[in-house]
Amino acid sequence: MNKKQINNILIWFSAIVLIILIMTPGLWVVLTAFRPQVDVMAKPAVWIPRNLNLIQFETMLFGGSEGSMGRSPIPVLSYLRNSLIISFTSTFIAVLVGTIGGYGFARHNFKHKNKYFLLIMLTRTIPGISLSLPIFIIFSKIGLIDTHIGIILVFVALNIPFTIWLTDGFFRQIPRAMSEVAMTDGCTKLQAFWHIELPLSRSGIASAGIFAFLISWNEYALVSNLARSTDSKTLTVGLMDFTAQFTINWPGMCALAVFIIIPALILTFMVQKHLVTGLTFGGVKG
Amino acid sequence: MRKFLNGPWVLLMPTLIILTCVVLLPLLLSLWTSFTPFKLTKPDTLYRFVGFRNYERLIGDIDFWIAFGRTVLFLAVALNLELVFGLGIALLINKITYGQRTLRTLMMFPMMFSPILVGFQWKYIFNDNIGLMNNFLREFGVIQPIPWLVDGILANTSIMAAEIWSSTSVFAILLLAGLLGIPKDPIEAAKVDGCNSWQVFKNITLPFLMPFVFIAMTIRSLDVARAYDIVQMMTGGGPAKRTELLWTLISRTGYVDAKMGMANAMSYISIFLSIAFTFFFFYKLVEARQRLSYE
Repeated sequence: MNKKQINNILIWFSAIVLIILIMTPGLWVVLTAFRPQVDVMAKPAVWIPRNLNLIQFETMLFGGSEGSMGRSPIPVLSYLRNSLIISFTSTFIAVLVGTIGGYGFARHNFKHKNKYFLLIMLTRTIPGISLSLPIFIIFSKIGLIDTHIGIILVFVALNIPFTIWLTDGFFRQIPRAMSEVAMTDGCTKLQAFWHIELPLSRSGIASAGIFAFLISWNEYALVSNLARSTDSKTLTVGLMDFTAQFTINWPGMCALAVFIIIPALILTFMVQKHLVTGLTFGGVKG
Repeated sequence: MRKFLNGPWVLLMPTLIILTCVVLLPLLLSLWTSFTPFKLTKPDTLYRFVGFRNYERLIGDIDFWIAFGRTVLFLAVALNLELVFGLGIALLINKITYGQRTLRTLMMFPMMFSPILVGFQWKYIFNDNIGLMNNFLREFGVIQPIPWLVDGILANTSIMAAEIWSSTSVFAILLLAGLLGIPKDPIEAAKVDGCNSWQVFKNITLPFLMPFVFIAMTIRSLDVARAYDIVQMMTGGGPAKRTELLWTLISRTGYVDAKMGMANAMSYISIFLSIAFTFFFFYKLVEARQRLSYE
């Protein structure tokens, strides 16, 4: 074997180790969701799954079946509904507002532009838990605690800065001359935006939207304090609540975790290409 | 009016209104609250001004400083390791030609996990009774279960492992994007001139990668506080405050002890920490960008 072959083997070996390190923790949780409690608790550990089943999912969605303990103690469907309503609505509003803002930054020069941009980004820096304290006080005064509207409002504010960062980068990739030509041909500015710049940046806006959705879907620090009951608690808060219990039903919790990860998994794979270009373009080309 | 409609402000107005209402005004309220002895149980205390009393107490509060120091240390170690691992992974994937795209996609796996899920999965792995870690060690004869999440040092290391697992890929992906964009000519020229691979890396690859390092750091600095979710899930700051970070301390003081005034004073310190951090890396990014465009 020559030196190059050894090198190749080493590279591939480290790549495989790397993949194992990255994939194992997640896959272990997914596997546990399908295993019976006995196997999970067994000592010595049962490494090769003997029998896999869907009992945890059935219990979670339809309440207990086959004469088990009755209905599932976890109101998963309420959590799921809240998560969906809150994430979709806040994503829609944030993308709408953020895209308009991103266009403003990309197409206009004004005094202190970079400072305003930085200021908007800095609002994202504030730790969720720090922001939750005053919002909790305000919301409990005006009755927005434990409501969808309140949480959606906070999520919109949370997602706008990043949407601006991404869409600003994508709008700047489109040459200004294109809309200028359209405008000399008689388009208004709005028409030029609607017919030329918006379609061209479609993929960028879509990935900004998916980003916003994921951030909302995954958020915990703010929701956990602004939501008080199943009226507005989301899946992440639900997972936390039931994992903090004294005795944890691990397979059940893993099934709930699978519930949270699946939409995120699908969406991230959908945008993975735009994700990298969007992030680096906005950043490097300034 | 016409000028206003054609200018940037009409476009930025919705953004500014929302951010003012949901971020700026609450921050002003929390600034005010930090100068009062406000407790959730006694609403009247919101209007009593006590000056810097909360901050003075914090300065003398040893628990606070331990949590503060632990947070800074935690971030310093975690971010540096993430950067080093991320760079290593990016260089490795860059070397692989066959299957590079697939590897890059697999690399994104941890990015989809919400911090709460990351916390959950590592809590499960490090569980002393049925966790993957102890089950695995038992196969090699370690019968006595290791209390991963109970012992102070082990618990902090476990949380660090979770944090690194979840965030290294951000660095890897962005640095890989940088590596793929490096022009080949200067590297070949340097090799012809007799540079070895370390010299090429140090003098060509690394300077070119610097803006990408700072982008990754800036993006990361925006969400360092999500370590709160992970810690809250894995240990809740305990046992006996052994893994308490600034953010878990704020949450406990504000919501469990209901001392909102004090919690807001703490959160101002945490906000300044975060902002200073982001500001530093953003400034570095702008600087690196300028240097790159001069050359």
